[in-house]
Amino acid sequence: MIPQFPQESSAARLGNPPPAAIRNKMNNQQIETHVLSNGLTLVIETMTSVQSATFSILVPGGSVHDPDGQNGTAAILSEVITRGAGERDSKQLSTDLDNLGVQRGESPSCNHLVFRGATLADNLPAALTIYGDVVRRPHLQADQFSAAKSGLEQSLRAMEDEPRQKIMSELKRRCYPQPWGRPTDGTLDDLPNINADAMKSHYERNFHPNGTIIGIAGNVDVNRIKDTIEQIFGDWEVKPASTIETGARGPAVEHINHDSAQLHIALAYDAVPFSSPDYYAAWAAVNVLGGGMSSRLFTEVRERRGLCYNVSAGLNTLPNEGRVVCYAGTSVQRDEKTQQFDVSQAQQTLDVTVQEMVRLEEGIEQAELDRCKARAKSSLIMQQESTIARSRSIAYDWYYLERIRTLSEIRDTIDALTIDSVLDYIRQHPAKDFTVLTIGPHPLKPPEENAL
Amino acid sequence: MKFHQTKLNNGLQVIAELNASVHSVAIGYFVRTGSRDETDEVSGVSHFLEHMAFKGNDQFSADDINRMFDDIGADFNAQTSEEVTLFHAAILPEYLPQTFELLSVLLYPSLRQDDFDMEKNVIQEEIGMYADMPFWTAHERSMELHFAGHPLGRSILGTVESVGALTCEQMRQYHADHYKGGSITLAVAGNTSWDQVLELAHQYCDHWPTGGFERPSDEARPQGGTDCIAKADSLQQHVLRMAPGPNARSELRYAAKLLSVVVGDDSNSRLYWDIVDPGHAEAAEIGFHEYDGSGAYVTYLGCEPETAAENLGRIEAIFESVNRDGITNEELEQAKNKVASGIVLHSERPMGRLWPLGVNWVYRQNYKTVKDDLNTVHSVSTDDIRELLQAYPLTMTTTVGVGPLESLAT
Repeated sequence: MIPQFPQESSAARLGNPPPAAIRNKMNNQQIETHVLSNGLTLVIETMTSVQSATFSILVPGGSVHDPDGQNGTAAILSEVITRGAGERDSKQLSTDLDNLGVQRGESPSCNHLVFRGATLADNLPAALTIYGDVVRRPHLQADQFSAAKSGLEQSLRAMEDEPRQKIMSELKRRCYPQPWGRPTDGTLDDLPNINADAMKSHYERNFHPNGTIIGIAGNVDVNRIKDTIEQIFGDWEVKPASTIETGARGPAVEHINHDSAQLHIALAYDAVPFSSPDYYAAWAAVNVLGGGMSSRLFTEVRERRGLCYNVSAGLNTLPNEGRVVCYAGTSVQRDEKTQQFDVSQAQQTLDVTVQEMVRLEEGIEQAELDRCKARAKSSLIMQQESTIARSRSIAYDWYYLERIRTLSEIRDTIDALTIDSVLDYIRQHPAKDFTVLTIGPHPLKPPEENAL
Repeated sequence: MKFHQTKLNNGLQVIAELNASVHSVAIGYFVRTGSRDETDEVSGVSHFLEHMAFKGNDQFSADDINRMFDDIGADFNAQTSEEVTLFHAAILPEYLPQTFELLSVLLYPSLRQDDFDMEKNVIQEEIGMYADMPFWTAHERSMELHFAGHPLGRSILGTVESVGALTCEQMRQYHADHYKGGSITLAVAGNTSWDQVLELAHQYCDHWPTGGFERPSDEARPQGGTDCIAKADSLQQHVLRMAPGPNARSELRYAAKLLSVVVGDDSNSRLYWDIVDPGHAEAAEIGFHEYDGSGAYVTYLGCEPETAAENLGRIEAIFESVNRDGITNEELEQAKNKVASGIVLHSERPMGRLWPLGVNWVYRQNYKTVKDDLNTVHSVSTDDIRELLQAYPLTMTTTVGVGPLESLAT
């Protein structure tokens, strides 16, 4: 649906805060994990105060499994896979899901093809049955392949026209080693190399129950859901999991020319992944830096200097690596007579941003840490109102940790953070060796920290 | 779920839908002012003022405001549309008093000159950000062209020039004229008590100025037209088309919403199956936008420039067929199921309830439960759709392109 046109004051926030909450408001979390004999893992959180139920199905067929030179295979598969499955053709499948009121979406991530759906809890078993067909018996027809490929090509072209959309996926491509940093939606360069057979082969190789995780949250009967999932997926055959060879990282500093009003700046440096015991210290550090309107970046870059509308930082995670990622967009002046660019404002934006990142290790204030804790507490209590947020969290917890962290456990971990523990983390993972990517009419001078 | 309402002596209206089974409470000040209430001299002031609200008053600085909202873990923000400026926050119930105080400070800021000068840069950056988004460029230009001569044609952001020329004194005057009790609705949704809401409303809002302002809301009579903003380096063509639809108080607006879903939802609609599914375009969708006194169908097409003309032809053929034959009962029932489930899912969180609750009061002065809304959706018949199409057929009054094309064959 086309949104109306609200103008928001706050910066877009990158990355999600971790789950957490207060003990007295969350000690009754009912979470059950059930591993099928073929390895498929089902995690269910029962939420009795809502009417809805949401599922997140993670199948291990994300872009990291795209064959070399065919980046975009997972993305095309995610477009084609719902276009007919089991006994339903594409139209019947959409119609049946609409009549069940399933609000849904499929997308490739680095590691998975992700299927999400939310509906009234009573309709969940019927919706899951349809998704059983989608995951196990998709038609994957050749004519659907060409149509989906054309659609994907156009959305990649549209992204080329929007530097702010493009820059984060291009940053990941540069700050992570291959193939982990691949754009999940593919690239215009590789798209012509992908044919219907490549897509089918991607499906055959990577769609299997071992490694598949289903997270369900909502007002559901656990035993009924377990039976439903056993019926749908119980006889799905195990296959060997694909292996991934890690390659080189991309260039650390790069500029992409684009005729835009703003210069778009993206930065990354090393952090820890979600699975690390230090994750919440990292989370607190990046929140002090750039998570919200009282953060240092928002205060120094936007409020004090008026350099940007958007500036923020967050954590991005893979199974074994993590990064702090930061975005800022700022104007470049062009002299109409000489056609020369004045990038002093953009240079100042980059310099102040890097300065704030580096300055973190000099110390943080108790009030800054307390604000992080307060934000974590409320966002995590409020998560309990959202079946979408909970189904996602429990599925990803299982993927990254092979267990579910309860909200009270996270709350305790966050409560236990001290200035010293966060500073220890920052000093062990200082802001240096930046990946710097700019898109716009003129390049900038990279930070001195990167000088060779 | 319990509903309460009252009106303070200065005209400010207070409404609350209370629900003890949720974890949070959402609160919002809906101020009935936006770009349509501006003049040429102050174009962009409503939105700029929304930013200045966060700069604080004599008691609290801008840093204080940002810190104090984060101290209580509030999920807070503000937004400006053509007709409403909204300041909102979602918090844990124990923080309602502090949140009330902070949001109330936002509505009557000091508007200091140095803050004004600094924030002007931020607004200019926001204008730059939207200029780099082709869809929004098309949106801004199509609103301007479609509503030419009508207040709805005014830009929310204003331009680099209009914002550049704006003075702090002009903003102070605009604020004094538009931020009065009679223009403000305070809406609360979620887990709190009516007694507490009332006590806080009296404490923080009783002294606000009385009065309101009259907004002329005659229906726009768009003359339409076509414009193309050529961007030689772009790869994709973006086209927005607008046509008149029912207004925010019209009984036909539910039918218009359902019609837009049947014909132009982003999946399983007529445009989807004829245009997006076969890969002719990346996107072909219809949105229905309702305003005071006017309404609009907005059709968006995103495709390769070479196929723009044939895709516009496909859209026109679908519109003609719908205008002539209506839609099927099956299509309508399917759209109802989609819309109804969206309403239920959205309403589970107080922040999701706040917007429909507030907007319904601001535009229609009535309260509808989720169940009322579902009943209304389910009561729409194909006859209602026919009545709608007679009054507001799917047409293409105004067309704006942004992309490689120099002109659009229409």
